[in-house]
Amino acid sequence: MSANISTYLDRILAGLPATLWATVGGIALTVVLSFLAGTALLSPRLPVRALSRVYVEGFRGSSEVVQLFFFAVAVPIFFGVAIGATAQGLLLIGILVLGLNHGAYGAEIVRGAVQSVPKGQLEAAVALNLTPRQRLWRVVLPQAVVEMLPSFNTLFIQLVKATALLSFIAVPEIFKKADELRAVPEFSRELGVIYLLELVIYLLIAVAVTVIMRWLEKVAARRAGRTPSNRRRPVGAVL
Amino acid sequence: MRKWRWDRFFEAFPYIWDGLRVTIEFTVLGSLVAYLLGLIFAIVRGLRIPVVDQLLWAFIEFVRGTPLLVQIFVLYWIVRPDLLGGLEVETQRFIVGVTALGVHYACYTSEVYRAGIEAVPAAQWEAATALSLPRRRVWTDVILPQAIPRVLPALGNYTIAMFKEVPLLSAIVVLDMVYQVKTVYAGSAGGAGPEAWFAVGLTFLALSYPCSILVRKVQRRVGVL
Repeated sequence: MSANISTYLDRILAGLPATLWATVGGIALTVVLSFLAGTALLSPRLPVRALSRVYVEGFRGSSEVVQLFFFAVAVPIFFGVAIGATAQGLLLIGILVLGLNHGAYGAEIVRGAVQSVPKGQLEAAVALNLTPRQRLWRVVLPQAVVEMLPSFNTLFIQLVKATALLSFIAVPEIFKKADELRAVPEFSRELGVIYLLELVIYLLIAVAVTVIMRWLEKVAARRAGRTPSNRRRPVGAVL
Repeated sequence: MRKWRWDRFFEAFPYIWDGLRVTIEFTVLGSLVAYLLGLIFAIVRGLRIPVVDQLLWAFIEFVRGTPLLVQIFVLYWIVRPDLLGGLEVETQRFIVGVTALGVHYACYTSEVYRAGIEAVPAAQWEAATALSLPRRRVWTDVILPQAIPRVLPALGNYTIAMFKEVPLLSAIVVLDMVYQVKTVYAGSAGGAGPEAWFAVGLTFLALSYPCSILVRKVQRRVGVL
């Protein structure tokens, strides 16, 4: 390998806080928006359904990079604040876009999971005279969440990978930091090492997300009174 | 709050138009690579050759777990100078772009194919064996004709996803929609404001949304996977 490896690691890790903030903030906003828009998609009122449909299709149908540029340019102008002037402001815009974009995908996950709860469960809850709120919180959601978690795991990993896009709007995250190293002629000959370090860091974050999500799956399954499914690879014995 | 100017919104379209052809070109070619390479990955993994199987699995997981943007840069700054140094710079960018998109999505489509192949009933394999068809014909005449129609909608979804990820190639100076608006347009008219970006976003939406409705329709017809 190379003698400069600790220098590279230092420089790249200087971007780690921004990447982690983007990941955590993005995931938090994604979860909130997913549940809001996902339940709105199931609303009996048409305007509510229509509004969330527009949000979901708008963000899923256009490109994330374009959304990023749009918000980076539009937010400072519309709100009359120089939010893009500082690294924190840019990071905030980045989190906003990550959350809005992935929240639109998450909304469909929530909708699908809520719809997959057997109808008998809801009928039983009605028969037991539970209030609509109790039905949602005590019967539907605990079962729906178990269904949602594996899909959310995939979505969050997409989000981790998407944090690299924030380099487009100059957020000092790990990819931006590594890219800055390219400008130094002495380092640019060892780009292989630099990018490899980078890829490994992304992989580690993705693995960490998966570990947490698997744990949550177990907890949620237990709380819903199910034994966690052990996900074996499907065996195609004949192949 | 600044006023929204529709004239600036419409000014962006000539630039978008210039980039759109490039964006679609990369989507189509990238998809073809992803479809073919994904099928090859799936079949090779289906053969269960020791070591090769594990290596391919590790490669697929690695590619799926790391950002496409970083992969594009790896190809562009590390692989390209050695392998493509002699070619014209335009061609180099073209090859890097198509390869990056194609290989990235091949890792996703290979899993789709795998699921499709595994969904073919075991009796079909047994029947093929009973007829003592040669191995190659089992694949080409029995298994793939049943597996591929079922996975087509899922492949379509990946094409739509790829279409929306082509803008990443603007980072290596591919003249797609985003590059046009970000650089060419910003340099000529009074800069690319939110109106221009809104126009690009709408263009993506106008193309990808009808496609995803179509994919959903086909999906319903051939049965979901």
